[in-house]
Amino acid sequence: MAIEGADIVKAAAFLGAGICMGLGAIGPGVGEGMAAAKACEAIGKNAKEAGLLTRTMLVGQAVSESTGIYSLVIALLLLFVV
Amino acid sequence: MEFYLQDWVPMASYIGAGLAMGFGAIGSAVGEGYTASEATVAISRNPKISDDILKMMLMGQAVAESASIFGLVIAMMLLFSKFPHQTWITVSVLLASGISMGLGAIGSGIGSGITAGSACKGLARQPGFKDSIQMNMLVGSSVAQTPAIFSLVTSLILIFSDFSSHPVSPTWAAILGAGFAAGFGAVGSGLGDGLVAGAACEGAARQPLAAKTTLSTMFLGMAVTETTAIYGLLVSFILIFREVPATDALAPAMALLAAGLCMGIGAIGPGIGEGFTARSAVTWIARNENHTADITRVMLVGQAVSESTGIYSLVIALVLIFVV
Repeated sequence: MAIEGADIVKAAAFLGAGICMGLGAIGPGVGEGMAAAKACEAIGKNAKEAGLLTRTMLVGQAVSESTGIYSLVIALLLLFVV
Repeated sequence: MEFYLQDWVPMASYIGAGLAMGFGAIGSAVGEGYTASEATVAISRNPKISDDILKMMLMGQAVAESASIFGLVIAMMLLFSKFPHQTWITVSVLLASGISMGLGAIGSGIGSGITAGSACKGLARQPGFKDSIQMNMLVGSSVAQTPAIFSLVTSLILIFSDFSSHPVSPTWAAILGAGFAAGFGAVGSGLGDGLVAGAACEGAARQPLAAKTTLSTMFLGMAVTETTAIYGLLVSFILIFREVPATDALAPAMALLAAGLCMGIGAIGPGIGEGFTARSAVTWIARNENHTADITRVMLVGQAVSESTGIYSLVIALVLIFVV
């Protein structure tokens, strides 16, 4: 089995992309779930403000999502650019 | 140093058996310990019904135990089966089936234990509604076992399939990737499902009249929580059954291994997060049934956003398998 320089670099890029997106998905998944859990609780306590609470939840989740998107960008860069 | 296949196959089966039982023991033990702790607290709160609580605890622990029994079964099969048509792929198959079953049992074991603990807590509060609490516990913790069953199925398919006609490279990496996808992929959903079912048991005790709404929200929440484990299963089936062209290069093999790792690890977070969301939704629907529609809607929206990173992982995994 002949493993050449360019091949091993590409192999490392693929492995890096997979690990990057995999690990990067953990944090946002858990964090956004917690935000949504508290939104459910808050609506259970005060359903009149459902619209405001949903909006706040979505804004918070969008910010929490950003690191997942960074991982996606880095994974795509590793796959297609470098 | 030279490598001989007849040495490496038994070596891989021993390591695979160790991984299957070693990792497989974590979840059930933690979960059953949690159940026992909640049962002791429940008995101290309501000692008169200690027999019922003890029975509930043992029943719940029996369900939680099944995840580690799957691990034991796979470990035994790896130790004592004869593997015909041995190639270098067999080494990878044995390791992958151990990884898949071992990691896959962690989430379901903990999740079922949490469900049973909440059922004991609920029983102490509301002994009159033992039947509905017990029903919620049994249904919920059985559903929480499904991710472990996905891993079991993957392990069995790996053990019983004949890969001897496949090219060694890159099939070895695809098989290992399939093990990681099915194994890690089951962790989050198993744990999350258990949280949801636990909330349904407590909800049935807190507000017995809302039991029906609580149960249907539980099923909805669990179904969404389950999705990332299903992505893991999907990617592992693609990796196992797809014909790959033979290659000497390392990069195509690493792409398949990375696809499995990406989908497997990426499924953990959304599974746990969606479980948190659905747990809270079930808890609060039990307390405030009038606002079921509002709470269910925000639960589904929140879970959908939490799912997004799992979908990114699925996309990257599919790109790694089919595009690069």
